[in-house]
Amino acid sequence: MKFNVTRRRFLIGSSVAATGLLTGCDALVENSSVNDILQKGEALTMGAQRLLMPHEPLAREFTEADLSPTFKANGTQMPDSEDYARLLEGNFADWRLVVNGMVRTPLSLSLADLKAMPSRTQITRHDCVEGWSAIGKWTGVPLGLVLQKAGIAPGARYAVFHCADEYEKSLDGSGVYYESIDLVDAYHPQTILSYNMNGKDLEVAHGAPLRLRVERQLGYKHAKYVMHIELVDSFKTLWGGKGGFWEDRGYEWYAGI
Amino acid sequence: MTSVTDHGTAHPKKIRFYRHSVAVRLTHWLNVICLSFLLMSGLQIFNAHPDLYWGQYGADADHSFISIGAVTDGDSIKGITRIGSVSIPTTGVLGASTVDGELTPRAFPSWITIPSYQDLAAGRRWHFFFAWFFVINGFVYLLYGLIAGHFKRDLVPTKDQLTPAHLAHEISEHARLRFPKGEEARRYNSLQKLTYMAVIFVILPLMVLTGLTMSPGFDSIFPWLLDIFGGRQSARTIHFITASLIVAFVVVHLVMVLVSGVWNNLRSMITGYYGLTIDAGKETNK
Repeated sequence: MKFNVTRRRFLIGSSVAATGLLTGCDALVENSSVNDILQKGEALTMGAQRLLMPHEPLAREFTEADLSPTFKANGTQMPDSEDYARLLEGNFADWRLVVNGMVRTPLSLSLADLKAMPSRTQITRHDCVEGWSAIGKWTGVPLGLVLQKAGIAPGARYAVFHCADEYEKSLDGSGVYYESIDLVDAYHPQTILSYNMNGKDLEVAHGAPLRLRVERQLGYKHAKYVMHIELVDSFKTLWGGKGGFWEDRGYEWYAGI
Repeated sequence: MTSVTDHGTAHPKKIRFYRHSVAVRLTHWLNVICLSFLLMSGLQIFNAHPDLYWGQYGADADHSFISIGAVTDGDSIKGITRIGSVSIPTTGVLGASTVDGELTPRAFPSWITIPSYQDLAAGRRWHFFFAWFFVINGFVYLLYGLIAGHFKRDLVPTKDQLTPAHLAHEISEHARLRFPKGEEARRYNSLQKLTYMAVIFVILPLMVLTGLTMSPGFDSIFPWLLDIFGGRQSARTIHFITASLIVAFVVVHLVMVLVSGVWNNLRSMITGYYGLTIDAGKETNK
């Protein structure tokens, strides 16, 4: 038997094969049962990391000499709403952080209230899911202290952060930024609500007046423009049901990797 | 009448011997699948920020020493790959390539990424799934290699293979694409052994460790990862370089498979049996 493969036939054959492979791969990417299997990887990653961190290790802290000369601002740089514009104009004097949901005492805290609480300063690395990193110095109140003040009700499992910015314009508000973390990360000593970056009041581009720092996870978990913290037992009923703006758009809820 | 062998005359004889165990064959092909998906999803992830830095941090305003980007060129765009201060035009492949018939800014072209269109979340999902698969498969192989003596028997070069004269001889034979025959082809040659060992014990573990260093979670568990690689961004760069080395290895590996008896090589990695032509006289004398 002899195969007579001409150059032309070879080229046609290989381009058909390549196109077939490509569309095949894209079809697999979009297949929901394939995605269900792939998502097992996320559970494995979170399980493995949590198994290896029973002692709640800290993210590395750096020195002033290690600070990024320019800290890249990403995502929303200026929330586009009248409410936010008014708060900014008043230098956030009228801004209040609302803490409610599954808590014993709902709170409404001003920036001054937060600044009067014990603070923590840390120089840490911010890792964007895209691949870049920047090192900044953050000062804020440990989230654990705020949660202690509110008193968590039994059954609460997650802290949800509702933000002032709408990252994707939508009619139903589903483009509003939000994030969630579980109580393990919420009580981690480096998880702070930061109002000060690199020794200055938090700039608008970086989430003024208050942003979350959750140092052992990727940047999109570090919600900016935090207005409201809600304690819940499940985030299934919130927006896309995946626990965050980017999570609703396909990214992992556990962003420790 | 005396038989030919009684005269001690060498007669070529074809034999097949069992070269690759089930464990080696299975882990080899699973590795092929894992590395293919890891490479293509990895390039998807790279495309989200196609700049590489050295040190603890690195973003847009910082100096990158490898960058794959696009610049406008009149009405069109040009793909530029920059390594240090050297810029190379790479339009069509790197920096700018065709998507739906239109030249589009893209670090790596759509035919080599999973998915073909830009989707970082999907790229990460595939990458981490196959990373787990790859690590588990790798551990199975390492355990097997140690327990069954595969490394000692097949991969560690023997003393005679490591003499300068022997190495020089092998290099010149390789350069002429001439490979050992007969009894000598029962074992891997020393260049092959050294290359396989470098890939198995150096490059692939580096790949895994630099990958873990990019994880903020793992950095808190194993902070020494940051010290050995000089930071998360350095680790990201090394991850890219070791991936490139694996691609280079695979290209050479495939060429070697092709030029040193493609069907025999393929059969041995599928059924386990490798064919040899040996000196029949020698065989009986053994």
